[in-house]
Amino acid sequence: MSKATHLTLHDGQSAEELAHSPLAVRGLTVSYGEKPAVFSVDMTIEAGSMTAIVGPNGAGKSTLLKAALGVITPLSGQASVYGRPLEMERHRIAYVPQRASVDWDFPTTVLDVVLMGLYRELGLLKLVRARHRQVAMEALERVGMEGFADRQIGQLSGGQQQRVFLARALAQGADLYLLDEPFAGVDAATEKAIIAVLKTLQSQGKTVVAVHHDLSTVETYFDHVFLINQRRIAQGPVAETFTAENLQAAYGGRLATAQLDRLSEVG
Amino acid sequence: MLWQALTFQLGYNATLVTLGAMLLGVAAGGTGTFLFLRKRALVSDAISHATLPGVGIAFLVMVAFGGDGRNLAGLLFGSAVTAWLGLLSVQWLNKNTRLSEDSAIGAVLSVFFGAGVVLLTVIQTMSQGRQAGLDSLLLGSTAGMLFSDALMIAAGGALVLGLALVFRRPMTLVAFDSDYAAANGSNVGRIDLLTMGLVLAVTVVGLKIVGLILIVALLIIPPVTARFWTDRAEKVWLISGVIGGAAGYLGAAISASAPNLPTGPIIVLVCFGLFAISLFFAPSRGALSSLIRHRRFQRHVHRRQGLLALANGHPIYERYTMRLLSQEGLIRPDGVATKSGERGAASAMLDERRWRLLREMPAHEDTAASYDGLSDLETVLTKDQLHELDMKLAEVTP
Repeated sequence: MSKATHLTLHDGQSAEELAHSPLAVRGLTVSYGEKPAVFSVDMTIEAGSMTAIVGPNGAGKSTLLKAALGVITPLSGQASVYGRPLEMERHRIAYVPQRASVDWDFPTTVLDVVLMGLYRELGLLKLVRARHRQVAMEALERVGMEGFADRQIGQLSGGQQQRVFLARALAQGADLYLLDEPFAGVDAATEKAIIAVLKTLQSQGKTVVAVHHDLSTVETYFDHVFLINQRRIAQGPVAETFTAENLQAAYGGRLATAQLDRLSEVG
Repeated sequence: MLWQALTFQLGYNATLVTLGAMLLGVAAGGTGTFLFLRKRALVSDAISHATLPGVGIAFLVMVAFGGDGRNLAGLLFGSAVTAWLGLLSVQWLNKNTRLSEDSAIGAVLSVFFGAGVVLLTVIQTMSQGRQAGLDSLLLGSTAGMLFSDALMIAAGGALVLGLALVFRRPMTLVAFDSDYAAANGSNVGRIDLLTMGLVLAVTVVGLKIVGLILIVALLIIPPVTARFWTDRAEKVWLISGVIGGAAGYLGAAISASAPNLPTGPIIVLVCFGLFAISLFFAPSRGALSSLIRHRRFQRHVHRRQGLLALANGHPIYERYTMRLLSQEGLIRPDGVATKSGERGAASAMLDERRWRLLREMPAHEDTAASYDGLSDLETVLTKDQLHELDMKLAEVTP
């Protein structure tokens, strides 16, 4: 498939393409009140890609992700995962919510949080055994947090909290990783560590999708981009899609002109 | 008398009550934990108050069918039905109107309770049935508890506890991170309903002993108390059950040991006693240890600030700093540094310079991030590291 067809064939993707897509969303509309946050959005994530979901504040980035996963109920639209209904393939997805969405004073330790990634496997009655703890510890090692296993989560810095959330997703051993603003409010070292983990996942053939707000790092971190502002603006490889023109379309007057200038120079 | 009550030597009824209260306490503490973790403690207040109209309706129905209206199982069944309606009303108002959950709770609680009071008042004027003492379900009463009553409380409590044990993981996960739970396929709404259903069951089971007004205390105080002692949800759950059980056992025994001590309120007061002890004396989250920690830190800060002021020849404005330094023999009463004060000041100053350098060195990034900038650097760096740092420092400042 040439890169050019990618851009043009968004609404009429072939059945075969949909069947292979780790996550395909069709006609998704979500509304909190009378105004839709996301309106009739189609999104097809390419297998093995690292895709950034980009758009201004309130553009529906997180909402799109949550609705695709059924965390919030959409008004209309469907999602398929590896060509099958979401419910049948849920075990292949690992979701990393926004760090700010939970109470970090909750009585739980770092290791306990990572073990939550195994709850699906453990079911209701199986006890947590040494091998489960080992899986959790390995996940913590991959994000450089193995020394914090017994800490109460409230004692961690923002970056460390984000790493723990990532470790929980890693423990699931999923094929598709969906992250909501993984770099929001984290230190530079954590950002580097997280991106290294994500690139490793990609090299293992996994697919990564992240809601991302920092336009300056889109080109270095990701290879695909999905631009959204309530409606789908554009989707495709970063080199072709992350253009000043598309950004203008997504951000309108809200994008700093300096940023646009820089982009047009690059482009 | 109390000792005999504690060792079950006060006769059949007292023993039944004490055992029943203990099991109720364990079930309430264990179930209440999930409510507390989900930060929806007040929903239990709406549930418990919504039991009252059910008691009245059940009485009327039983009388209409020719009974005396005092069958406990029947009364509890009725109370469960209206409590469930109350719970659904809160959920519905919260979801489908602009009312927030606390307003919905307030509205449901008062309306259901009001309806219950009206029903009971009407029932008092009736000539059929044995209505005397029906209002004891408000504050609980253990007088004349039957073996079958105790058995029902025991069975109900055990069932609730068993269900809480089986569903502890999904309930904890939903309480901590409901978005993640939903993304993993949990039905958050249904799990919440299960949590509330268990709370409802405990409430109904507890009506006889503690009564509907005070059961909230037995659901909420144990987990709040347990939270002082641990940072892990599993242990909050265990400790909360133990605290609830202890309060039930001690409270029932105390009330049995003397006449005119109401069981329910005494249990709640014992529970509060355990809470108060934890609030003040728990090792890391308790008020006393927080205060000591804060004082120690304050001292640490003032000492360092004072020493640095001495080193730089700045005046010290803070009275507390002056007092601290002179107590430790670092300054004379007139504010001039003593010999040991000068040594301390010089060492503090050296640490400042070392730290400035340390922060620029990528190799020490982690140390620089974790160091509080107050303690002696000797406590965070090894001798070798310190030596290396001092060599560097000598290069930079000849």
